[in-house]
Amino acid sequence: MNFVKTLAVAATAAVGLTGAAFADGHEKTKVGFIYVGPVGDFGWSYEHDQGRKAVVEAFGDKVETTYVESVPEGPDAERVIRQMAQSGHDLIFTTSFGYMNPTIKVAKQFPDVKFEHATGYQRADNVSTYSGRFYEGRTVIGHIAGKMTETNKIGYIASFPIPEVVRGINAAYLAAKKANPDVEFKIVWVSTWFDPGKEADAANALIEQGVDVIMQHTDSPAAMTIAEEKGIYAFGQASDMKEFGPNARLSSIIDNWGPYYVSRVQAVMDGTWESTDTWDGIAPGLTEIGEFSDKIPADVQAEATAIKDAIVAGELHSFTGPINKQDGTPWLAEGETADDGTLLGMNFYVEGIEGELPN
Amino acid sequence: MDFSALNPIALVASLVVAATPLLFAALGELVTEKSGVLNLGVEGMMIFGAICGFAISVESGSPWLGLVAAAIGGALISLIFGVLTQVLLSNQVATGLALTMFGLGLAALIGQPYAGIKPPSFPKLDLPVLSDLPVIGPLLFQYDYMVYVSLALTVGIWLFLTRSRAGLVLRAVGENHDAAHSLGYNVILIRLAAIAFGGACAGLGGAYLSLIRVPQWTEGMTAGAGWIALAIVVFASWKPWRVLLGAYLFGGVTILQLNLQALGISIQSQYLSMTPYLVTIIVLVIMSADRSRAALNAPASLGRVFHKTG
Repeated sequence: MNFVKTLAVAATAAVGLTGAAFADGHEKTKVGFIYVGPVGDFGWSYEHDQGRKAVVEAFGDKVETTYVESVPEGPDAERVIRQMAQSGHDLIFTTSFGYMNPTIKVAKQFPDVKFEHATGYQRADNVSTYSGRFYEGRTVIGHIAGKMTETNKIGYIASFPIPEVVRGINAAYLAAKKANPDVEFKIVWVSTWFDPGKEADAANALIEQGVDVIMQHTDSPAAMTIAEEKGIYAFGQASDMKEFGPNARLSSIIDNWGPYYVSRVQAVMDGTWESTDTWDGIAPGLTEIGEFSDKIPADVQAEATAIKDAIVAGELHSFTGPINKQDGTPWLAEGETADDGTLLGMNFYVEGIEGELPN
Repeated sequence: MDFSALNPIALVASLVVAATPLLFAALGELVTEKSGVLNLGVEGMMIFGAICGFAISVESGSPWLGLVAAAIGGALISLIFGVLTQVLLSNQVATGLALTMFGLGLAALIGQPYAGIKPPSFPKLDLPVLSDLPVIGPLLFQYDYMVYVSLALTVGIWLFLTRSRAGLVLRAVGENHDAAHSLGYNVILIRLAAIAFGGACAGLGGAYLSLIRVPQWTEGMTAGAGWIALAIVVFASWKPWRVLLGAYLFGGVTILQLNLQALGISIQSQYLSMTPYLVTIIVLVIMSADRSRAALNAPASLGRVFHKTG
């Protein structure tokens, strides 16, 4: 009896599906995602996958999503992207900077497939780019870091010297310096997006040098765990990371990709998708600031909130002159703000940061 | 440059912590390879040990129980490889690679509920007087217990391989399985035991990472350590003491470059990152340049399929 019932339900479902497919002329929209880390990294890739889940929730049966995780940047990425394009995907999100060239290359061979590349700067007719103005978030947490450090040494765990990361360091430094003129940044490049062991070692090395607040631009919560263990402060990166450092976490920069992904999938369904360049900050909600820890004094919380509100209102730009480059050459004059072109290609430290930018 | 801010004692201490997971995994793989089996699944066994150890520690509240579970877990998953390659005679390279992928996937599955949980902290050695000595204390007597276990294991494996009859039999199986077989030794059983031992060690290495070095569970957290362990075995030309040297060298280079950067000394981190691999390649070149030496070092039956009729 049950078996028959199951069969009947299945048959109805099948009829329903084909009916729907016929009704609007095409089948489910197939959307693919390629992640640089595991979806369980509780950082960058995790948040992209939350975005994918938002797409599933928004469109239900009308969409089919697939993802491939832990895809190394390089030749292997091209193979994975091509495979996805070949297997009938309508829209493919490649979610790491290093996928830029492979995405462009594969996109040329599959003009009917739409591609979206995160954090890159190369576009094509069927390749959009999108990213968050995470540096706006860095301005807010940089201010908090400057106020909270007692040793006046802030540690920064960086991944690769690409503009996105350099921009984050500069924005955080400028904000921290403004909040606390004695502040000093110690930057460690780990040459990886995801390696909890190495990230933890980097955190330990920084703490050894007297750092008492850590910021990171890598994907795992390892540094947060070490900060918790050693009793210093840190910030969640890409994801809130609160559970990894209930005492250590001061605030966080959260990437909220969901609304963007939903709107892009909708555009493909409607046939209105166009190659665009999206770069959204705190105001449109792509970049979010996590809840403030009660370890932050009320006046500092108020200042941070004021900075955030000013950014949202468009009254404050993270890079407002006068700012000199590291070598002392002037970059922005008094009151001048940086244009997006310079920001997107940023390959220099601002004045005051010590150490040489690797290339 | 101001090197005075660089504390050599702290540097050595973090070097040891960074090297210990590699040391465990590489020692296990050394024994496996000495028996003539090439198991490329070290990464999979490590990550599986990492989650087994983490899960059991959290559930039981005892890090020791977690370590035991990690060793058992690593051994069990390695026995899948053992049965496939030794009983069903599958290709060792392909099966080892499959084991890595299987281990990564299974660990991710088991690990779902354990993200963001803090494991019980691991006790450190605290000897009266000795641990409190200046310089010597932090340098020698203040590590967590597993560091001493890993060092004891190095000595134990060296003694076993060079000084014991059982070790001689294991090496005989690795050098010439047909001869060992004709002498009446059960090649398959001996190899299965070596594989399980290798798995248990890799499991311990993984658990060291998730319970002591980081300590947290994150998917894929071994991030290639298993592959480095494989390289170390070759670098060490299958000798336990050189495995120790290799692991500390690999760990040391990583720690040194991170600390130098924190000091603000600009070095291209890429150069330092590739140094250990470069050294491995150079060692390989030197070894293979002298064919008789290479033949002496690598187990002669390494990776070859054994069949009783063969």
